[in-house]
Amino acid sequence: MKYVYFPGCKIPAWLPAYDRATRGIFKALGIDLVDSEFNCCGYPVRHQHLEASLLSSARVLALADQIGAPLMTPCQCCYGNLRHAQYWLGENRVLRRRVNAILRKENLRWKPGIRVRHLLQVLKEDLGLAAVATAVVHPQKDIRVAAHYGCHALRPANIVGFDDPQAPTIFEDLIAVTGATAVDWPLRLNCCGAPLWEKNRVISTRLMQKKIEDADQAGADMICTACTYCQHQFDQVRLETLPHAPPIPAVLYPQLLGLALGIAPAGLGMNENRIQWTPTEGGTP
Amino acid sequence: MIFTISLYLALGICVAGILFRTQRWVTLRIGPETDTLTVGARITAATGQTIRALVSRRVFKLIGIFITDVLLQLNILHQSFWRWIMHICLFYGMILLILMHALDDPLTRTFFPDYESTLNPFLWLRDLFGLMVLAGAGIAMIRRVAGHRLRQMTRAMDTFTLFFIGMVIVSGMMLEAVQIVSEPIFNEMVDEYLDEDDEEILAPLRAYWASQYGVVFENPVDTDDPAVLAEGYETHDEYCISCHSRPVSAFMSYPVARFIRPVARRFNRIRMDTWLWYIHFLSAFAALAWLPFGKFFHLIATPVNLLICGSRTTDTVSPAQLANRRALGLDACTHCGICSLHCKVAPIQLLIDNITILPSEKLAGFARHVRHRHGSEAEAALLAEGSFICTDCGRCTEVCPSGIDLKDIWQASKQDLRRQGFTEAHHWIMKKPAHEWAHLASERSVASGPSFKKTFPAIHLTDRPETFRGCIQCTICTTVCPVVEAADDPARELDLTPQQIMNLLRLQMADDALGARMVWNCVTCYMCQEHCPQGVRVADVLYELRNIAYRRFYPDTVHHLDSQSISHRPKEEAPEAAP
Ligand code: SF4
Ligand code: SF4
Ligand code: SF4
Ligand code: SF4
Repeated sequence: MKYVYFPGCKIPAWLPAYDRATRGIFKALGIDLVDSEFNCCGYPVRHQHLEASLLSSARVLALADQIGAPLMTPCQCCYGNLRHAQYWLGENRVLRRRVNAILRKENLRWKPGIRVRHLLQVLKEDLGLAAVATAVVHPQKDIRVAAHYGCHALRPANIVGFDDPQAPTIFEDLIAVTGATAVDWPLRLNCCGAPLWEKNRVISTRLMQKKIEDADQAGADMICTACTYCQHQFDQVRLETLPHAPPIPAVLYPQLLGLALGIAPAGLGMNENRIQWTPTEGGTP
Repeated sequence: MIFTISLYLALGICVAGILFRTQRWVTLRIGPETDTLTVGARITAATGQTIRALVSRRVFKLIGIFITDVLLQLNILHQSFWRWIMHICLFYGMILLILMHALDDPLTRTFFPDYESTLNPFLWLRDLFGLMVLAGAGIAMIRRVAGHRLRQMTRAMDTFTLFFIGMVIVSGMMLEAVQIVSEPIFNEMVDEYLDEDDEEILAPLRAYWASQYGVVFENPVDTDDPAVLAEGYETHDEYCISCHSRPVSAFMSYPVARFIRPVARRFNRIRMDTWLWYIHFLSAFAALAWLPFGKFFHLIATPVNLLICGSRTTDTVSPAQLANRRALGLDACTHCGICSLHCKVAPIQLLIDNITILPSEKLAGFARHVRHRHGSEAEAALLAEGSFICTDCGRCTEVCPSGIDLKDIWQASKQDLRRQGFTEAHHWIMKKPAHEWAHLASERSVASGPSFKKTFPAIHLTDRPETFRGCIQCTICTTVCPVVEAADDPARELDLTPQQIMNLLRLQMADDALGARMVWNCVTCYMCQEHCPQGVRVADVLYELRNIAYRRFYPDTVHHLDSQSISHRPKEEAPEAAP
């Protein structure tokens, strides 16, 4: 199995642990990642100029197509934006013509059918839970995990096609594979507040706080994320703005799975998480 | 006389300019951390750092960087082979010309006592170095014209710099060519070294020089008689040969000399060599005087920056060092454009017509901005627009061959722009209530932001009745919205709820929603859109409203909003997020 790896803008510079953990588990699971130089997916500029945002995504997709493998991104905001681009480029002839006229100058072309996958989809749907399960050597027993879905991969379902938007199971299934227990928490599908961080910190923080308290009440040992922005929000931003909130650490999904696959915590960038997770007896590390 | 005066004048300007520019490295303030630093503290930090580096083991590292990045310029080779060839040609061609040719008296003659500018190897070396410079400038020109992206980034400064270099080299080559054919110079040399008026001796010498050295005489000289030439050679051998190699070695100027033979007599009569000499040395001195003020200054700033940033170790950088580094970084940019070729948001610039989205242009714009040299606040607002589109991905820092820590500069510059009132839309939109935006919008029905191409967006939802036709005002979108839920008093804090916005749009009153705080505080969670029983694209519509507000208001209106909050003094509080 082979994927074009699209880490987006933030992972290499701001969350290298996500990169390390992702590469770690993919290596352990025997999936190849192809690196290449990409531009931004355009998600941040969507507020300002939808077409510029979709052009950015289209260029990424066209580059991936040139390499000739499906694209995999660990970031849910990148995933969402890339899927929006596919949707709109497929729907809107004017947009498609304009975008391809620009891409043509670089001998690139957007065409329908380029597969965009999020890390979780690759694991559950492409590789399969059974294959992941057989690779687990160190089940993370007795850990209670609150799976944080992340908005931009999940909604709007008709565009992003991630899972059932009302009752998704992909994340819980993947947590179960590691041996940990997924807790049921009412706000699991809600927003972490990250998109408003630079814009309105009061609301952003309020949304985050609600989720943390909710996860705490559900008895979670950790919040598990699968998105660059969510992790940044629940880890670094949380530490700076909500020092008194329940001390639930945020762990990236590939870090959790990596431990179950027997990868050393350092190889997963666990030490780079700002809020360290100190596991109880049952779990490693 | 003119030569000496202009030389010292140019040197004076050059030294003063260098002092002026280098003092900025410890006085310019970039970023909030630098507000309280005194110049004294920054000078102390700079000297302390230098001394520590020179007396510790780090000096070996510095030597290493000097060899790889300054002398061999492997950092450029890493980017592109042709770019490297270009820069090596320009750099070494110029440096060697300056050392061997411009400084021949104080330098070359010291190391080579037999030095004569008309003697090999110096004669052909000079032409070789000249050729290198011309080749480098030629490659640079071709790259800038042929590469679409580079052409777009090329500024007057780049063209002017190449023109300046070309002027010095071409005038030098022309001068040499005219000197080769010059009879007056021949006569002067004869007067000086032979002191002989005997035609019996001079005529054969003339014949020999006309045939072998390309001198063109006013009265035709017979160069066909071998006996005469042999006679000429005897005199030549005695007096001239020790200082004169044959000019064919000047492989660049000699062909020019051949080429101008038909007009050589006229040139000799008007002493073209003197004119060209003036042009040559004056343009060279002008370049010298201009060095600190234009692109040439990177000759000094870039190596310094490479050494300082390259020697970056794990030690934490003190605020004073950081401040100096940022100011130096602005000068170290060679405007090579490599960062912009790799910038992750560069494709956005194809649709948002704002060149400061590209890092090389953003850096130049910011440098002007901090030196208080911006033409207008609208220009600063454009710079802010470009700056906030940057995603801080750090790619430009990785590729910059001058070793500038751009990532750090962007963070500082964004903070400075913010506290000067040039903020992201989410902040400036809060400065007016929704109804005032509605009023402003009614006055400008079309896109007015200077950075927007005037094409109509391919995707447009808000102006289509079918987008809202299904809405039954059931308020589900409002009920599921986490932002509405998080507000204590939604009517006061958010102006409108999602459902009310959909209603306004149904009534074709989009202008009234443009400045509503609900639109700008939407967290883009898509809960509303997912739950709407009628399939209304609520969240997409809110996105579009923000897009429309940008098109209409940004950035030319930003600086009119609140003139008091906008100034070039970075002393004010950062605008806090709206409640
Ligand atoms: S940090 Fe900003 S300017 Fe630099 S490459 Fe990334 S997006 Fe472009
Ligand atoms: S910042 Fe660096 S890469 Fe960009 S133009 Fe300047 S020197 Fe070149
Ligand atoms: S947009 Fe949809 S959810 Fe909102 S009020 Fe209208 S019908 Fe109801
Ligand atoms: S997308 Fe915006 S308006 Fe819709 S529910 Fe989320 S925050 Fe509310």
